[in-house]
Amino acid sequence: MGNVPTTVKHCLSYRQIIEEYPWFRSWLQEEKSITKHDYPEFVKIVEVGPRDGLQNEKEIVPTRVKIQLIDMLSTTGLSVIEATSFVSSKWVPQMADHADVVKGIQRVPHVRYPVLTPNIQGFQDAVAAGATEVAVFGSASETFSRRNINCSISESMLRFEEVISAAKDRQIPVRGYVSCALGCPHEGRIEPSQVAEVAKKLYEMGCYEISLGDTIGVGTPGSMFKLLQKVMNDVPISALAVHCHDTYGQALPNILTALQMGVSVVDSAVAGLGGCPYAQGSSGNVSTEDVLYMLHGMGIGTDWR
Amino acid sequence: ALPQTVKIVEVGPRDGLQNEKTIVPTEAKINLINMLSESGLPVIEATSFVSPKWVPQMADQVEVMKGIRKKPGVSYPVLTPNLKGFQAAVSAGASEVAIFGAASELFSKKNINCSVEESLQRFEEVMKAAKEAAVPVRGYVSCVVGCPYEGQVAPEKVAHVAKRLYSMGCYEISLGDTIGVGTPGSMTKMLEAVTKEVPVSALAVHCHDTYGQALANILIALQMGISVVDSSVAGLGGCPYAQGASGNVATEDVVYMLHGLGIETGVDLSKLMDAGAFICRTINRKTSSKVAQATCKL
Repeated sequence: MGNVPTTVKHCLSYRQIIEEYPWFRSWLQEEKSITKHDYPEFVKIVEVGPRDGLQNEKEIVPTRVKIQLIDMLSTTGLSVIEATSFVSSKWVPQMADHADVVKGIQRVPHVRYPVLTPNIQGFQDAVAAGATEVAVFGSASETFSRRNINCSISESMLRFEEVISAAKDRQIPVRGYVSCALGCPHEGRIEPSQVAEVAKKLYEMGCYEISLGDTIGVGTPGSMFKLLQKVMNDVPISALAVHCHDTYGQALPNILTALQMGVSVVDSAVAGLGGCPYAQGSSGNVSTEDVLYMLHGMGIGTDWR
Repeated sequence: ALPQTVKIVEVGPRDGLQNEKTIVPTEAKINLINMLSESGLPVIEATSFVSPKWVPQMADQVEVMKGIRKKPGVSYPVLTPNLKGFQAAVSAGASEVAIFGAASELFSKKNINCSVEESLQRFEEVMKAAKEAAVPVRGYVSCVVGCPYEGQVAPEKVAHVAKRLYSMGCYEISLGDTIGVGTPGSMTKMLEAVTKEVPVSALAVHCHDTYGQALANILIALQMGISVVDSSVAGLGGCPYAQGASGNVATEDVVYMLHGLGIETGVDLSKLMDAGAFICRTINRKTSSKVAQATCKL
């Protein structure tokens, strides 16, 4: 209000001035409307600390400690806790005790304990150990797929089809992950259409939920917005989750953007467990505590009880 | 709609270094400010003209002001808590100053030893002298979404203090989440109240990252029309009220987000990171910027 005398500014509130003196508004030539957002009333948090977190920590954690961690998490009101991964212990030694973990945890009613199953072998082992929910892990990047799971995207989809088919027979729900959703450590830029294609395939195959992962944490609210805008055309927003990494400190604003677009499922890891294997010394998963702090501060519920 | 450009007010050399344990040699402060000037930042808060008895880290205020290489087009505001500080700042060559009010009575008493009203009266003196000298004044309001002593702070109180500072003649009011407790929820409520009293183009946000909420809070502020953001290179400056907690949000992380949103800042991120790396080496401290942590090892 540059030219307005101090006394006038002092007496009248800015809002009052522009409401009561319409000529004033054009004189000031400013009109800013405050954006109001609709946020979900409840957000489901998918706790990936015991799996994604511990899988990427340098120290191999003893089985009983893993079980204790999961049991403690089960008492907090979290409704989904990803317990372990049935990948070959040759590739992921940190998860070698997968069967013992699944058998050892105290299952709390209404809490779900999904496990990763990269192929039919892993699925069968998981079911034998008592798993009642599984997850499959696709990638939006060809190079990442080949380097990470040794096959192309379309080959991986064939593997997942087997898993999903077997899961359907046993009425076991399957969650789908798409990694490198906002960037790839090898390919760099990833187009939203690449992500949408994989997400759609997984959804149509029968995954009940698709978690879009910013694997190296390079995304920002800008790229998150563009990604969701595209994927929403192919997968209903209620079936989408975001799995943001905090490598560049962008996780919370990215999650906020996703919430503003209607996403109501957020993956996170207690204590921000799990570094980023592609960037030495940098952070990885977003911490569940920080996500909860933000959600609660916004009046959004997270406790299923 | 988001702003097309955002002005970043770099507070590292003042707010940052003021709250670091290690006292930084004058030469290093000057070098830091010069490096920041080269990175494209439009505003760099250089130092604080408070009594060295209270803030020894800023005792070399005059040498810093005289020693820095002022880049044309860049402002170098300094804090001036009272008339005496203002006069010292101007004789040292300052051409912009800042004053610091609080939205919390207890915080005002404990921090600057007087009530909010008394502090505003002190500032009137500074404002008068600044007007006569044609020196622009920026106003800060601290504890806008929470106070370490009072806890919750009423948005109306923040709006009241902001309005007072603005109508006194401050060209811009920076709203500070001093202990970093704010979330998009409390930020929205506070900004709704303040924008009723002060035009949004005259507002800035100064978010602390103590609870990891800074970037989310800044994003909300941008969505509400704010286009001025305070931050500190390398996230310098811990939070004195929460031991071991982080303080200022890191400029590198803010710039990364803004550029990702297609918003212009005029800042060259790699030159900024050089400045951050320099000061961290100098005070033997690990950077608090996630972007710096991620980039340096790749």
